[in-house]
Amino acid sequence: MNFNLDYSQILYMPQEIGLLVVFLLVFLYDTFMPERTKRYTAVFSVIMMAIYTVYCFCMPVVTGFAFGEMYETNAPTWVMKNILNVGVVLVLLQAVKWTDSEFVSVRRGEFYELILLTLLGMFLMISSRHFLLFVIGLETASLPIAALAAFEKRHYESHEAAAKYIFTAVFSSAIFLLGISFVYGMSGTLYFRDIATMLLGNQSALLIAALAFVIAGVGFKLSLVPFHQWTADVYQGSPTAVTSYLSVISKGAAAFSFLIILVQVFGAAYSHVWEWMLYAVIILTITLGNLFAIRQRNLKRFLAFSSISQAGYIMLGVIAVNVMGMSSMIYYVLVYIFSNLAAFGVIAAIERQTGRVTMDDYNGLFKTNPWLAFTMMLAMFSLGGIPPFAGFFSKFFIFVGACHQGSVAIYALVLIALINTIISLYYYLLVVKAMFLRQDDCVIPTIKSHWTERLGLILCVLGVIFIGLISCIYTYINGSVDAISSMFAIIQ
Amino acid sequence: MDLTLFMYLIPSLIMFGCGVYGFITRKNMIAIMISLELMLNSVDINFAVFNRYLFPGQMDGMFFSLFAIAIAAAETALALAIIINVFRIAKNVDINQITKLKF
Repeated sequence: MNFNLDYSQILYMPQEIGLLVVFLLVFLYDTFMPERTKRYTAVFSVIMMAIYTVYCFCMPVVTGFAFGEMYETNAPTWVMKNILNVGVVLVLLQAVKWTDSEFVSVRRGEFYELILLTLLGMFLMISSRHFLLFVIGLETASLPIAALAAFEKRHYESHEAAAKYIFTAVFSSAIFLLGISFVYGMSGTLYFRDIATMLLGNQSALLIAALAFVIAGVGFKLSLVPFHQWTADVYQGSPTAVTSYLSVISKGAAAFSFLIILVQVFGAAYSHVWEWMLYAVIILTITLGNLFAIRQRNLKRFLAFSSISQAGYIMLGVIAVNVMGMSSMIYYVLVYIFSNLAAFGVIAAIERQTGRVTMDDYNGLFKTNPWLAFTMMLAMFSLGGIPPFAGFFSKFFIFVGACHQGSVAIYALVLIALINTIISLYYYLLVVKAMFLRQDDCVIPTIKSHWTERLGLILCVLGVIFIGLISCIYTYINGSVDAISSMFAIIQ
Repeated sequence: MDLTLFMYLIPSLIMFGCGVYGFITRKNMIAIMISLELMLNSVDINFAVFNRYLFPGQMDGMFFSLFAIAIAAAETALALAIIINVFRIAKNVDINQITKLKF
């Protein structure tokens, strides 16, 4: 192990440094620029973030360890961070007009600063190879979101959502920490790799308890059933920009680091402990998420339950424990970012101007706002997995990846997931039906959306249509995961 | 009298259980937060004790508890701020009254 700590090790974390630079620039702009230029803070941070994202795509991948192997950067973490960057650019773009509104604009800068800081926490979660760094990243990622959820100071719902989020977040991290303390008691170290070698052949009950606590703790962040109760309330109450951030970015980062922890730390306990825990959790998540989504009338709650069931699909990539499972999981997150942000972008644009978010409000939307209705339709098709759109390919790859694992039980799991896809089509098409077929007396009037919202939606639609068709994207992700295929050798 | 590992572990686990019980049953938000603090502190005890009794050669567990204490403080500060906001707008911190969002 290399304990030689000099400052050159910081060069191993170019993405975090870049993000920190973007954060500092936004912070300085927001603090020191004259009052009349402050309204460009939003556009400024979007442009900075976009430049940084493009720069990260152009940079060669840095691989290596830093800080005594507490921090690792390699091809998959690099790709995952780039994907999250793209998602954050889209979220910020869609939020520009909302942060200009009367009661939000005084605290406009805080919104962008907090979003960038939570992203930094997620980067640390993805790259950490030591539980101390992981816990710091986890808390950096989840605490500012509670502050963001309470952002609409005048709305009661926003505060209720924030209270519910902070209590469940702290509760879940306490459970997670208890699990880690048991792991520490068994192995005497907090390094992922050292824990894995110490736990080899360990069959004790303490290990099972520790794993249950760890899965419960991260399951809260991922909103897996039975740890999902906070999701719908928080999604409904928070501002739509925060909801979209919470549903795609934070879920993607948590899923990736969950896979790393389960495989790298607990890989030796796969077949006799956590495969079956995860198996039950996945079935419950997909099924209950779908069934509860059917009865929702508020679109934000509806998308909350849909995101619960999508989290179940993402977990299929984790239970597969092979290269294809991992790469299809990253691909799924990429597609999910585009399709979910398209849906949330439409909801945000309509909510900002009319304040209406229930499904009945969308009756006859096609007559008055054909483009918004069309975007929403594409998003729903992609979330449901209808063939030409990206959602179909991501579901397909994740099912194939899970089947590669080979056991009969996993085949049964994939079958259950397939049946659930059909159920999910029903409720996704309910929205499409409301927009295109239903008539209503008080249809939402024609809305003139702001150019930032339009640009964000156009990018999302392009992503939804073309990510599936451009096959080199999946090949690229798969190639990057191949570089660390030795990680899966520990699976038993 | 020598204290063994379990004489620390069992009280700490009881503390954790009390925290979970309080989190579920208490109706006042401040009381819920105190229960959460109990849970977090019992984890700190776990780490310190494991380090002291099982792995006295290293300091991993001690450092982890130090960081966990700092993180718990940040969580408490944020939760208190949110509770104050809720109180301002709802004039109440009883969770039976904070029930507008539900299915």
